Amino acid sequence: MSISPESFAFVADLVRRRSAIQLTPGKEYLVESRLLPLARAAGLDLDAYVVRLRTQGAAADQAAVIEAMTTNETSWFRDGAPYAALRGTELPRLVAARGGTGRLRVWSAACSTGQEPYSIAMSLLDDLPATMTSEIVATDLSEQVLERARSGRYSQLEVNRGMPAAMLVRHMARAGTEWELSAAVRHLVSFRAHNLLDAPPAGPFDIVFLRNVLIYFDLPTKRAILERVLRVLRPDGVLLLGAAESTLGVHEGFERVTVERSSVYRPLAARGLRAPTVPSPRPAGLAHASVPPTVPPSPSSLPVPAAHALSRGAAR
Amino acid sequence: MRALVIDDSRTMRRIVAGTLEGLGFETLQAEHGRDALDQLEAGAEVDLACIDWNMPVMDGLEFVTAVRANPAWRAITLMMVTTEAEHSQIVRALAAGAHEYLIKPFTPDAIRDKLDLLGLVPVEELA
Repeated sequence: MSISPESFAFVADLVRRRSAIQLTPGKEYLVESRLLPLARAAGLDLDAYVVRLRTQGAAADQAAVIEAMTTNETSWFRDGAPYAALRGTELPRLVAARGGTGRLRVWSAACSTGQEPYSIAMSLLDDLPATMTSEIVATDLSEQVLERARSGRYSQLEVNRGMPAAMLVRHMARAGTEWELSAAVRHLVSFRAHNLLDAPPAGPFDIVFLRNVLIYFDLPTKRAILERVLRVLRPDGVLLLGAAESTLGVHEGFERVTVERSSVYRPLAARGLRAPTVPSPRPAGLAHASVPPTVPPSPSSLPVPAAHALSRGAAR
Repeated sequence: MRALVIDDSRTMRRIVAGTLEGLGFETLQAEHGRDALDQLEAGAEVDLACIDWNMPVMDGLEFVTAVRANPAWRAITLMMVTTEAEHSQIVRALAAGAHEYLIKPFTPDAIRDKLDLLGLVPVEELA
């Protein structure tokens, strides 16, 4: 079912105003695939659903559209390489810098249904020395995905997406037809609703995951978001972006460093190099999408072949 | 890259092999663990074996154990692909020497995710 140009323009404008996400021409297919289930549930075709949205404008309907358009696919340890960078280089560096004591704080921004913050939590549980504690603040625009994330339960199909078997048996247990995260993992993560264009969660943070999010925004919005991140990131902290994202040409306050076949971003020491703060283009709702790769359980706790496989993965 | 798909279900062999071929693998197939061992002993060289658990003649766990007992096959990555979904079974498979474990049913993306974990995504796929 094709969406009319008028309906697409209305939805694109609504999503831009509420979330700052750009739906440019050519994204009609995305709107169709995301909104068709809502239209069917309402017993309408796509255009009739949008007409109802325009004429009646129910807040609940609009919220449902924003949810549908901004919720994205996610998987455990998404892309692998960033987690290899985290565990191979960044965590050891930060642990050494803190003298192996204190509390490490992580912000998982646009955390979607929780696979990213929980993957980080498993990594911290496996890698941090017992003398350190940690905390992960996980945020997303969508209350709907946060509710799912808080449950800590995932279907078999979801668990199949990127969860290393050795991590699965160490940190999850069967719960009927689903899998449930251990209390130790869940206790490290707190979820809250947050719009990336609003003031960031209270810092400072040692690590910020902002993966596969910036790609949805225009340049001024990207810059405004990175400025907010810089404000809460410790001077020796680290920012991890998606593989298709970079601070280069967007914000001069970060230095790109290549580690473990991945790029990470550290604040530049010279504050004067930061780009000026840019006002929000138009806040309101920013959403979603992020997620993880695949990573290595602590080799020492695995049977030899598993450790072998993980080290191969990390070496890619 | 070459993969050996071991499953007593021809349909499942086709699904797994088809997904792997779509990712750039060449594939061989075996109906059970003994059939797979015969092919390896005859000189078949593979980078990956995808192994069902419940099969006649020789099951998946026995196959994993046999492969791990032969140093000549140390480089073969072993991934269970099975309906067996209990926590204790995954632990057993890993302890026997499996590198990864994929529970049926699965999506093609799930196989790719596992290969990515194992460092086995063909080079052209990374471009």
